[in-house]
Amino acid sequence: MTAVQPHPAEPSPTRDALEVGTTATTVARGRSRVPWRFLAGRAGFYLFTLWAAITINFFLPRMMKGDAVDQYLSRNRNVSPEAADALRSLLGLDTDKSLLQQYVDYWGLLLRGDLGVSLLHGLRPVTEVISQALPWTVGLVGFATVVSFAIGTIGGAVVGWRRGSRLDGLIPLTTFLSTIPYFWLGLLAIALFSVTLGWFPIGKAYGVGMTPEWSAEFVGQVIHHGTLPAATIVLASLGGWMLGMRNMMLTVLDEDYVMVAQAKGMPNRRVLWRYAARNAVLPQIQSFALSIGFIVGGTIVMEMVFSYPGVGKLLLDATNAKDYALMQGVFLVITLSVLVANVLADVAYAFLDPRTRQTEA
Amino acid sequence: MTVLEVDRVTKVYAVRGAGQIKALDDVSFTLESGRTIGLVGQSGSGKSTIARILTQLETPTSGQVRLDGQPIPRRGAGLRAYRQKLRMVFQDPFASLNPYHSIRYHLERPLRLDGVVPGAEVEDEVRRLLTRVRLDHDVIDRRPHELSGGQRQRVAIARALASRPRLLVADEPVSMLDVSIRLGVLNLLADLGREEGLGVLYITHDLATARHFSDEILVLNQGRVVESGPADDVILRPQDPYTRELRAASPDPEKHFGSVSGALGGAR
Amino acid sequence: MTTDLRTEQAPQVRTGPTAPPRVTVRARLGSAFAMFRNRKSITGLVILGFFVLVAALADVLAPYSPTQVDHTARFEPPSAEHWLGTTHLGEDVLSQVIHGTRGVIVVGFLAAIMATIIAIVVGVVAGYLRGWRSESLSALTNVFLVIPGLPLIIIVASMFENPPLVLIAAVLGLTGWAWGARVLRAQTMSLRNRDFVQAARANGEPLWRIIGHEMLPNLMALIAASFVGTVTAAILGLTTLSYIGVIPVNTYNWGTILNWAGAQGAFRQNQWWWFLPPGLCIAAIGVALSLINFGIDEYVNPRLRSAGERARAMRKRGLDVNDPVTAVRTTTSAGDDA
Repeated sequence: MTAVQPHPAEPSPTRDALEVGTTATTVARGRSRVPWRFLAGRAGFYLFTLWAAITINFFLPRMMKGDAVDQYLSRNRNVSPEAADALRSLLGLDTDKSLLQQYVDYWGLLLRGDLGVSLLHGLRPVTEVISQALPWTVGLVGFATVVSFAIGTIGGAVVGWRRGSRLDGLIPLTTFLSTIPYFWLGLLAIALFSVTLGWFPIGKAYGVGMTPEWSAEFVGQVIHHGTLPAATIVLASLGGWMLGMRNMMLTVLDEDYVMVAQAKGMPNRRVLWRYAARNAVLPQIQSFALSIGFIVGGTIVMEMVFSYPGVGKLLLDATNAKDYALMQGVFLVITLSVLVANVLADVAYAFLDPRTRQTEA
Repeated sequence: MTVLEVDRVTKVYAVRGAGQIKALDDVSFTLESGRTIGLVGQSGSGKSTIARILTQLETPTSGQVRLDGQPIPRRGAGLRAYRQKLRMVFQDPFASLNPYHSIRYHLERPLRLDGVVPGAEVEDEVRRLLTRVRLDHDVIDRRPHELSGGQRQRVAIARALASRPRLLVADEPVSMLDVSIRLGVLNLLADLGREEGLGVLYITHDLATARHFSDEILVLNQGRVVESGPADDVILRPQDPYTRELRAASPDPEKHFGSVSGALGGAR
Repeated sequence: MTTDLRTEQAPQVRTGPTAPPRVTVRARLGSAFAMFRNRKSITGLVILGFFVLVAALADVLAPYSPTQVDHTARFEPPSAEHWLGTTHLGEDVLSQVIHGTRGVIVVGFLAAIMATIIAIVVGVVAGYLRGWRSESLSALTNVFLVIPGLPLIIIVASMFENPPLVLIAAVLGLTGWAWGARVLRAQTMSLRNRDFVQAARANGEPLWRIIGHEMLPNLMALIAASFVGTVTAAILGLTTLSYIGVIPVNTYNWGTILNWAGAQGAFRQNQWWWFLPPGLCIAAIGVALSLINFGIDEYVNPRLRSAGERARAMRKRGLDVNDPVTAVRTTTSAGDDA
C-alpha cells in the first residue's frame, strides 16, 4: 500500500511552485472538489449490495423447512387477516403465487415499511419494535467505536513515531486484548466490576422501573449502565486499530517525502501529524468501513452479555423464540445500517484522499 | 531468411476520463534475420508498445504485423509457432525473472514448452545456454536475487535464446544496468546475434549504443517514425529536427564546460 | 574501447563433469517456510502445536470423562483431584476443557481451509482477468464483505436442529472468505503486470501454469496470513455462537462450557475456575495465531522489523531517529578525501 505523495499543482511560469502549493495545502485552505465519479461508483456498488441483501433476506425463510414456519403461524391465531397476509409474504408461505410474484409482493411490503408483526412482542409491528431498540445500539456502538478508532489511531501513530521505545510493548498488549472474545471480556468485566466490586450495574441500559425520558437522572443512569459495555468494546477493538496504524506509520516514515520534510526543518510535531499520520490514516479509514460488519457482530454478543436492549438482543431473543418475522426484519435493518455506515466512511475517504479527487480532473 | 513486416501499425489506448492516447501512429518497418534495427526514442515515444505488440502481449488498433508474409495468428498452434520464432529480452533484470524459481527453472521452461530438445537432453541444453551467455554453471540452482543485475540480464538473454528464435526484441536491455557492464551485455547480444543469424530489434533511448550496435536506425517521436535509414547516416547526417535534438542532447566527452553555470546554460 | 571491455566482461566459465549438486529437498523446504522462521512465528507455532496435540490426545490426557457426574463434588474449586474444579453437576472442568479443544481446532481449521480455497480461486481469478469479469467477481466479494456475517450465521444456524461440526465449519467458511479474496485480488493485479508474468505469457505458457506456477508461489505469504487470520475468526465465531446458544452442539467446545457456566450463574458466584480457563484458552490460541501472523507480516514487510531495531540502535548511540539533522563528526584519518 503506497501512501499519498503531495502532487504539485501546475505552476504558472511566474510563480514559485512552493507558493502555489500542493493538493494537501489546497485542502487545508478549505477548497476541495467533490469527487462525483468516485462517489457515483460507490453509490452504484452499495445499491447493488442493498439489493443483494434484500434478496438474501427474501430467500432465507424460504430455505427453511416449510412446516416450521407453518406451525409458527398456526400457533398464533390472534393475527389480523392483513397482518397474516403480510407475514405469509414475508416468510415465504404464499406458495400459491409464483416465485416472481412473491418477490414483487415482498418488495411491495418493504417499500411500504411493513415488516410484519412480531409475535414475540405482542403482535406489535416489527418496524416499531426495531425502532425502539435501534437507538440504543447505534448510540452505544457508535460511541464506543468512534472512541476506539480515535484512541487506536492516535495511539498507533505515536507508537509508530516512537519506534524502538518502550511504547512498542503496547502493541502485543492490545493485540492480546483483541484476540480475547468479546463476550468473555464482557463477562469478566461483569464478574469483576459488577459482582465483586459493585461499581457498575450488571446489565440493561437503565434501572428497573424507569421509563425513558430526557431527565438528568435518566441520562445519568444510561451513562452508568453503559460504561461497562462501552469500555469492553473499546478495549477489545483497540488492538486492531493500533496495530494497523502503527504498521502504516512505519511504512510511511520510510518514504522520502518525510525525510524531506524533516530536512526542511519542519518541527517534529508537524511532520508526525500533518505529513506522516495524515497519509497513514487513509488505509485505516478504508479498513474502518470494511470492519463495520464485524463490529456489528460483536455488538450482538455484547448486548446479550449485558442484556442491553438493542437490536442484537432483539435478534437473539427472536432466534430463540423462532419469531421469524422479527428475525428477518432485524437482519434487514442491521444490513442497512452497515451499508449506511460504509457510505459515510467512503464519503469521508473520498474527501481525505487527494487521489480520488485527482481522477476527476 | 525470416522477415517480419510491421505494416502501418497504430495503437490507441482509451484512458478513462482523459480521452484517448495514440501510442503508435502509422509505424512501418521490416526486420530481417541477420540484421539489427535500432529503435530510438525518448520515454513515452511508443518504443515499448511496439515490443508488446510484436510479442503479442497487445494487439494493434489498426495495421498488421506479418511474419514471412503471413499475418500473425491470434491463438492456437499458429500463435505458438510464432512465439517460438520471436523472443523478447525485457528491460528490468530485477522484474523479468520470477523471484521464486531457480535459474534452471527459468531456462528449462521454454525448452520444455517448445520441445526444443528431447527431455533427456534438457539439462545439458541448459548448461550449453549458460555457457553461451558466458555465465558460470553454478548459477543454475540459484534464485534471481542471488545474482547481480548483469548476470540476471544474461539469464534473460539465455531464456530468450532457448527456443532458438529467429528474431529477438531487446527492450532497453541495458538501461537498468551499471554503466560499466552495459557494453559487455551489448556485445554479448551482438555476438549471439551474429552467430545465430538473428534479426534483432534493439529498442533504446541511447543514440550512441544504437549506432554502435545496429545496421539501421529508426527514430520514434510520440508514436511516429520521424526518420529512418542506415545507422551512420541517421547519426551523422540527421534530417529530422527531432533527431538533431536527440543527437545534441547526447553527452559528448570531447566538449569542455568552462564553468558550472556555463555548462548548465550551454547544455539547455 | 570495445575490445578491452569485452575480454574483461567474460568470466571464466566452468564446464565439465564436476557439476555442483542439486539443492536438497530440505533446503528447498526451508526456504519455502522462511516466513515462519523468526521468533514470533515460532512461538506462535509452538503454542498452536500444543493445542493441536491436546486435541489429538484428548482421550488420553483427560483424567475423567467430560460427562462424568459426581454429585458429591459440585461447584468445587480446584483441588488435587480436580485441577480445575468441578461444574454444577460435578463434572471435571479440566477434562471438559481438554475435550473442548478438539471441536475448536477441527472447526477452526476446516472453516479456514474452505474459506481460503474459495478466497484463492475468486481472488486470483478476479485479479488476473480484466474487464467486467474481474469487476463482477470483485463486486461479489465486496457484497460478502459488507453484509454483516454474524447475524447471517445466527439466522442460518438457527434453521438447523443439531448441525454437525462440518456444517458449522462450512457456514463459517462461506461467510469468511471475502477478506482474503479481496487482498489476493489486489496482489494478483499487481503481480500480473510484473515483467516475469509478461515473459511467461510471451513464451506461451498456458494460463493454468501462469497462475499456478508463476503467481501462486509469490502469493504464498499472503495466503498463509489470510489462512491464519481466518482460523482466528472461525474459532472466535464458533465459541461466540456456542456461548450464545445458537449452535446446540453435542460435542464440547470452549464456548459451550462458557454457556453452561453463564447459565448456572458462575460469573455471579465468582466460580472463576469454571469460566476463566475456557476463555484463557481461546485467548491463548488467538495470541498464538496472531504471533504467527506478525511473523509473516515482518517477513513480507521487512521495514516493520528493522524500523524498531534501527531506532533502538540509534538511541544507544545517543541519537534520536526522528532528528532532522545528523551530527557531523570529523575524522582524523588521512585517507578520506574521496
